[in-house]
Amino acid sequence: MSSAVAEPELAAQFDATVRRKDRIEPRDWMPDAYRKTVVRQVAQHAHSEIIGMQPEGQWIGRAPSLRRKAILLAKVQDEAGHGLYLYSATETLGVSRDELTEMLISGRQKYSSIFNYPALSYADVGTIGWLVDGAAICNQVPLCRTSFGPYGRAMIRICKEESFHQRQGFELLMTMMRGTDEQRAMVQESVNRFWWPALMMFGPPDDASPNTEQSMAWGIKTHTNDELRQRFVDMSVPQAKALGVTFPDPDLKWNEERQAHDFGQPDWDEFWDVVKGNGPCNAQRIAHRKQACDDGAWVREAAMAFAEKQKVATA
Amino acid sequence: MPEIHTHEADEHDSAYAGLLVNDAHWAFGTDFEDPLAGVDTTVPEGIDAHELATYCLRLGDDALILSQRLSEWCSRAPDLEEDIALANVALDLLGQARLLLARAAAADPSLVPALPEGSPVPPEDALAFFRDDREFRNACLVELPNGDFAETVGRILVFATYRLSLFQRLTSHPDAVLRAVAAKGVKELTYHRDFAGRWFLTLARGSDESRRRLEAGLARTWAYRHELGEDDEAELVLEQVLATSGIAAPDVRPISTGGRHTEHLSRLLAEMQVVARQHPMGVW
Repeated sequence: MSSAVAEPELAAQFDATVRRKDRIEPRDWMPDAYRKTVVRQVAQHAHSEIIGMQPEGQWIGRAPSLRRKAILLAKVQDEAGHGLYLYSATETLGVSRDELTEMLISGRQKYSSIFNYPALSYADVGTIGWLVDGAAICNQVPLCRTSFGPYGRAMIRICKEESFHQRQGFELLMTMMRGTDEQRAMVQESVNRFWWPALMMFGPPDDASPNTEQSMAWGIKTHTNDELRQRFVDMSVPQAKALGVTFPDPDLKWNEERQAHDFGQPDWDEFWDVVKGNGPCNAQRIAHRKQACDDGAWVREAAMAFAEKQKVATA
Repeated sequence: MPEIHTHEADEHDSAYAGLLVNDAHWAFGTDFEDPLAGVDTTVPEGIDAHELATYCLRLGDDALILSQRLSEWCSRAPDLEEDIALANVALDLLGQARLLLARAAAADPSLVPALPEGSPVPPEDALAFFRDDREFRNACLVELPNGDFAETVGRILVFATYRLSLFQRLTSHPDAVLRAVAAKGVKELTYHRDFAGRWFLTLARGSDESRRRLEAGLARTWAYRHELGEDDEAELVLEQVLATSGIAAPDVRPISTGGRHTEHLSRLLAEMQVVARQHPMGVW
């Protein structure tokens, strides 16, 4: 397609749109690197939703009350829905769900490392809702204003549902804390396991996060990792107090001067190890996704064949 | 209420604002609620309360066990759309199970297993999680393993067709509670039958492999459908779906179950009940 407008001018328009905090739409001109970054980030987010169905999903069958079973099944179903909107957002840039699924299964694209930790008790359903979905919300609410239109609009809906998920998790923990001693111990044990991985969800410290600066200039990212981590800690502390649980960090304390909490650093060696594939569940999560994809291949082929036959029949 | 520290007002606060506020605007309520709360559960004159209760228990068990099976598809379906659709069917059936188990418990409390003194476990959960396999009244059809997607589609088609036909009749049952459960269920089951019917046609006409799998899967469930009761209307609907799809009714004789469950139910319950049974005094 020939264009009457020269590239420098298009680039200037693009920059002005981002500066005005307006949306970039799929048919707008955009730098190739921007397009690539959006696809990578949205795909990674979509994969996280889909892989994130697994740790909680395996507890649906063991939910200890029918009401909890309904809540959990509906929640995990929502995650599938989020994956669906996000894959649709990447389709507006000409990248299909099949291509991205292939990238996920072959390990060329990542998903949130948090899902490489196991869910070991029913309390984990609550903790994942409270801390993991809570951290996700901190990361995601600013993305409602991200510069790429389809992503930003998908995020508005996703954030509403995620905040609901977070609240169901908190409510489950609150209920369990009112129960037996065993239940209270189960909650504390679960919080102990998830606290540090939840802090890691904001990504490496700013001085070790190579993509942050460019993503912020493009309006894809709107806050740094450390800023978001601090907000998350400050918001979680009073919630833990209300629940009656503690976080496993001896350095966690209120700093009057900064009007914020000081806190310890997660084990970043562990973080990189898990990112690189050595977490407790990396192989299991991908194998599960691959199995579902392989087992369903004949169904997707049959649906395509059926659609083709219908087309011929009505032509 | 503890004070929540917040940063200057910006878009972050909205997502967290309500977390420590106990409001009632939850899809499933903030506390345990009897699914029949506020409903008059008096058994009408002339109806045997025990019979009504065991009937509701049978219908509730069918829904509960099939829901448990279908939820096994979660994160494993052939595509995201089917993952979501199967979860919808499972959720609808779970909703039916809750109402029917609660109805059974209200009509005849003696059916509810005894739990330790002071246990907060509500009657619907006592029935679901604290009965043994032999006390479940569901048809064998719903407890069989899922098999592949084609087998699951065939089972939903058979089950939803029979149950829809039955629920349509139950909308004039003398018990007002059962009548209301049936009226709600009719809408849900219409969707389940439609979902399965569309996939049945798609797999029948799709590829050689999908047709072969559909026929094999249907043969396995077909032999158990007589347990759902005699129903000419349901049979007629199934005949039409098969005819439209160009699939012959499987040439299989009804399996003699002797009124007993298959080997699969005990294992299904072992998974479903494990956490609840570890905490008979627990609140969830």
